[in-house]
Amino acid sequence: MPSVTELREIYEEMVTARRYEKRLQEEYLEGKQPAFDISAGPIPGELHLAAGHEASAAGVCQHLRDADTVTAPHRPHHIAISKGVDLNRMTAEIFGRRTGLSKGKGGHMHLFDPDVNFACSGIIAQGCPPAVGAAMAAKKRNTDEVAVAFLGEGAIDQGGFFESLNLASVRNLPVVFVVEDNDWAISMPKERVTDVSNGAQRAEGHDMHGVRVDRDDAVAVYEAAAEAVGRARDGNGPTILEVQVHRRMGHFMGDAEGYRPDEDVEAAEMRDSVERLAADLRKHGVDDDELTAIRDRASARVEEAIEFAKEQPEPDPEEAYEDVFTNPPAGATGGED
Amino acid sequence: MSETPGEPVATERELTMSRAMVEAISSEMAADEEVFVMGEDVADYGGIFDSTQGLLEEFGRDRVMDVPISETGFIGAGVGAAQAGMRPIVELMFADFFGVAMDQIYNNMAKNTYMSGRSVSVPMVLTTAVGGTYNDAAQHSQTLYGTFAHLPGMKVVVPSNAYDAKGLMHNAIRDDDPVVFMFHKRLMGLGWMPAPEGPKTPVPEDDYTIPFGEADVKREGTDATVVTLGLHVHRAMEAADELVDEGIDTEVIDLRTLVPLDAETVLESVRKTGRLVVVDEDYRSYGVTGEIVARAAEDALADLEAVERVAMPDVPIPYARPLEEEVNPGVEDIAAAVRATR
Ligand SMILES: Cc1ncc(C[n+]2csc(CCOP(=O)(O)OP(=O)(O)O)c2C)c(N)n1
Repeated sequence: MPSVTELREIYEEMVTARRYEKRLQEEYLEGKQPAFDISAGPIPGELHLAAGHEASAAGVCQHLRDADTVTAPHRPHHIAISKGVDLNRMTAEIFGRRTGLSKGKGGHMHLFDPDVNFACSGIIAQGCPPAVGAAMAAKKRNTDEVAVAFLGEGAIDQGGFFESLNLASVRNLPVVFVVEDNDWAISMPKERVTDVSNGAQRAEGHDMHGVRVDRDDAVAVYEAAAEAVGRARDGNGPTILEVQVHRRMGHFMGDAEGYRPDEDVEAAEMRDSVERLAADLRKHGVDDDELTAIRDRASARVEEAIEFAKEQPEPDPEEAYEDVFTNPPAGATGGED
Repeated sequence: MSETPGEPVATERELTMSRAMVEAISSEMAADEEVFVMGEDVADYGGIFDSTQGLLEEFGRDRVMDVPISETGFIGAGVGAAQAGMRPIVELMFADFFGVAMDQIYNNMAKNTYMSGRSVSVPMVLTTAVGGTYNDAAQHSQTLYGTFAHLPGMKVVVPSNAYDAKGLMHNAIRDDDPVVFMFHKRLMGLGWMPAPEGPKTPVPEDDYTIPFGEADVKREGTDATVVTLGLHVHRAMEAADELVDEGIDTEVIDLRTLVPLDAETVLESVRKTGRLVVVDEDYRSYGVTGEIVARAAEDALADLEAVERVAMPDVPIPYARPLEEEVNPGVEDIAAAVRATR
């Protein structure tokens, strides 16, 4: 059971992430009026927001340190926030600014913060093998660091995931695969693409641990993750931890969700992990004033990040040619005309 | 089948490129039970880029199949079904995702015909979305034309407008070889990604085919030849219009297919103009621009007076707007390259 202090921290991360996504949604859609044009506005390109996924990241990352590695998928913001990624520079990156985490080169699906060993990427299950590699490095160096790969329930049908499981299992590596099950992979409901409704069951075939948290509950995630991360840290091998979460928005901004029954959208809204945790906190004697104060603090932090981002300069066009190599070769590389 | 011999019936009906593609698929599915579609989000969603819009309603889930996010599995399954005599149309949502499934694409789909001494054929269409211009960054913006065209055994089709897309799609489905059908997102006519003027064209209602290996001279000119494909056909046309005011008469060639390549049309034009500009949204080195220039050098060297390439520099595609605009060849870049040949 998390301490009340920990519960407060988890709550603050979750409301920060929820607020962040709401504000990014507003910023994204502004400038895409009256007709939605994906390349217009202050944040162009695809944007995958994670409202409804917060409990998983907050519950898991509570057990992680800066030195532990996290890889995240195309829906990364809540995980980045819980891992302690610099929110100002992350936001600047999403706004395509020069002082962003990747100088505007990466964008929202390709955020890298080596200070806290966080990275995310846009191809399905792409982060699994690198997480296994980080775990391999930790083991070779005899540290007690762990690696956590986050991915969606749709992503666990990808070959790279299965190969990672086997490799992690046979080498007994300190890695946890956290599967965020929001029931949907864009327009495809889980039952259309797999007969295995409990993704953690896939651990059995790889002789590793698997556990599913069946409710969207940060406390339950915290407890399951304590065991999974603890097991990894103690040298006792990998785990699949699947968490039921909910997609409270479209797959990406602009997704009208014509394929999704209204009841499903409503159900996702009803099962609010943030509200659930607030109720838990009240039971622990945290009163509404304090909850409000936490929410205000979270909002202020989000606002500051967005303001920071908007004040930052855009990169110069010429910067497009930089950073391809760590050691830029002396000869022509084709970047020049 | 309502095949019209010769020129298709003139029509005023205009379609977006996605509607034209779907019309061809639908007609082939109606005519042949062996044709089916599979891919991620091809059923209820109708394809993220509308490439299968309406097919579920028309043909049902058995023939328009959503599949797990397992590209190696379902693209390889397409190869197997094709070898078993069916005619699968398999969608790889973005060409960028080929990485997780390339073995099935280039070691099986592309090579089985040859490796079997033609005792096996793979009549499959791999449709895939390509291209940038909307800030989707390094993993969702590539065209990879050169990569697919480089590897022997696949026909590679890149339509630039609705009329061509329909005729090329009919041909692709009927072809007994694997065809990679690369459609540019910006040309599809999506409500959320406005297309330039040009890709929406009149499209005959009847079936018609456009043979592979026939480039289209979009604009005749005597001063310079611009060879290009996909989105950049439209950018080249705009550049050519602009150059008219400067007294430069530009010929614009739309390759339409990379494999087979209609080198003859390119050579003929180069023999006339003596000046060659190749424009590509793929990376500059070891790709389409180099190939076209090499063909011209091999077979029309004496006529060549100047050569320019306009392509993506060899950098991963950056996210931020000023950076992507810098690397993706624009109308001005093309016009400048044509001027530079003078
Ligand atoms: C290899 C690959 N195939 C397809 C995609 C396109 N794609 C992006 S997100 C997504 C759905 C992912 O679903 P899930 O893993 O459940 O995560 P969610 O989006 O629901 O959070 C798909 C198919 C991709 N990025 N990479």
